[in-house]
Amino acid sequence: MHPAFSVIFLTTLIGTGQGLFLALFSGQTYSAVNLLPAQHSSFYITGSLLALILLIGGLMASFFHLGHPERAWRAASQWRTSWLSREVIALPIVMGLVFFYGVFHWINWEVDLFGNQLPGQVTLIIGAMASVAVFLLYLCTGMIYASIKFLQEWATSLTVINYLLFGGASGFTMATAIAAYNAPTLVGFYGSWAIILTLAGLVTRTVSLYRNANIKAVSTVQTAIGIRHTQVQQKAMGMMGGSYNTREYFHGKTAAFLKSIKYIFLVLVFPLPIMLIVAGMKADSSLLLMLAFVVQFVGLMFERWFFFAQANHPQNLYYQTI
Amino acid sequence: MTQLALVIDLNVCVGCHACVTSCKQWNTSGAAGPLFDDNPFTKDPTGTFFNRVQTYEIGNFPHTETLHFPKSCLHCEDSPCVPVCPTGASYKREQDGIVLVDYDKCIGCKYCSWACPYGAREFDEQDKVMRKCTLCVDRLYDETLPEAERKPACVLACPTNARLYGDVHDPESEVSIAIREEGGYQLMPEWGTKPANHYLPRRKTKVHIHEDELVRVDNPLKKEDIRHETSTEVTLDDWLM
Repeated sequence: MHPAFSVIFLTTLIGTGQGLFLALFSGQTYSAVNLLPAQHSSFYITGSLLALILLIGGLMASFFHLGHPERAWRAASQWRTSWLSREVIALPIVMGLVFFYGVFHWINWEVDLFGNQLPGQVTLIIGAMASVAVFLLYLCTGMIYASIKFLQEWATSLTVINYLLFGGASGFTMATAIAAYNAPTLVGFYGSWAIILTLAGLVTRTVSLYRNANIKAVSTVQTAIGIRHTQVQQKAMGMMGGSYNTREYFHGKTAAFLKSIKYIFLVLVFPLPIMLIVAGMKADSSLLLMLAFVVQFVGLMFERWFFFAQANHPQNLYYQTI
Repeated sequence: MTQLALVIDLNVCVGCHACVTSCKQWNTSGAAGPLFDDNPFTKDPTGTFFNRVQTYEIGNFPHTETLHFPKSCLHCEDSPCVPVCPTGASYKREQDGIVLVDYDKCIGCKYCSWACPYGAREFDEQDKVMRKCTLCVDRLYDETLPEAERKPACVLACPTNARLYGDVHDPESEVSIAIREEGGYQLMPEWGTKPANHYLPRRKTKVHIHEDELVRVDNPLKKEDIRHETSTEVTLDDWLM
């Protein structure tokens, strides 16, 4: 497929925004049960503001993908059948809940709902709801790709798992960097989870790379045109100037270029951020942690480019020569 | 239930592209507005088409066969492009099974084109909506047209009658008989999309002549040639003469 930058930005930005929110909320839950020191509400306000900015950024990027963004509201109508429509519904819900999570931290409204004097109960409830929405949004994002069965590189549960783990990893890495600025006691917690999620992502992405390298295409030129002969060669595709079919479904780069992108993302997403996080935690350097996030985020954009470019659409069987 | 479709006879298609040009002509002049061409007269011309004729070579030279392969939307019975549409712009008509795009609802997200394994949909770069073969739905029911012309433009244009049009759910229709009797098949059946359009395979027409048919075994002329030994004895004829 041809990787569209709007979709690369959409998926990486909202993935990180969701992961950052999960990091914030898990930090708050841990501190609610006294596993971690409680934080000042400014940490959660800053965090949810940044998560919201990432989510809005992703939403903005998605509009650039549309031919008619003014009609985008219609996309919420087919949630019964379309994962894209479900994502269109889930994304504003996540954004709204993250917004209210930040707002309620800001106004610091205390209600004793559980009857145990636990502070921040309203935000815990909003946060729990938002976490469910975040997981559903990851599911929607992944299923948009995994549900197209003839894009065999995508049609696997690994697609959903990778979206979840990559979003989580980059979100926790960002949370580590934020914590280094205004919640130093959480750096260790976020840093270790960022490393764990990154390593988990490394495992699942390696499995999916291995799987995709060994895929046997279901469709062949024989099934595409229905001619049972071992030697079938296309001589003309019906036009000389190219068309949507020749532009949208192929990345237009060489195999060597594709391979180099793969190695770039394998380095930028996994070992480099882990080393930077470890170094940043050892040296107590917020700069190194910030760098870890930036490196991983850039790496994820390469990963997403590769994810799209690697998918081989069966329609390409009809467009093999001019 | 009716399922209108095309049956394309690859045995008689000569690859003249008349169906392509007539399709473009009709659909660029229709109610949905022009089918745009981008840079038609400059470098890298490209544009939106509903129908293409491709050419394949089968076999190894010199034992090859050329196949001209017209390709358009197959109006699948289980069309994968319809459920993925987030706006409901992509839909399959209940009454005749034609898969259409509501150009006023389409947001141009291109997701349906990803979900079509045949690459039958083309994004219009100027209208910014997804466009596809309508099976000339604006001809089929138009009572201002003579009844014989209420058919897709490509079907009317085909000089070799390679394109048949009709209801594939009616077992007595021309298309159903052709599918049944000439070995009609679907493209990429492995995905379970159940395309309504069918293709008729290349067929060799051979006249089989047996030697018996060239040399008559019961030739009466040959029978006369079977002569018996003449008798040396005096016959009645000899006596009379």
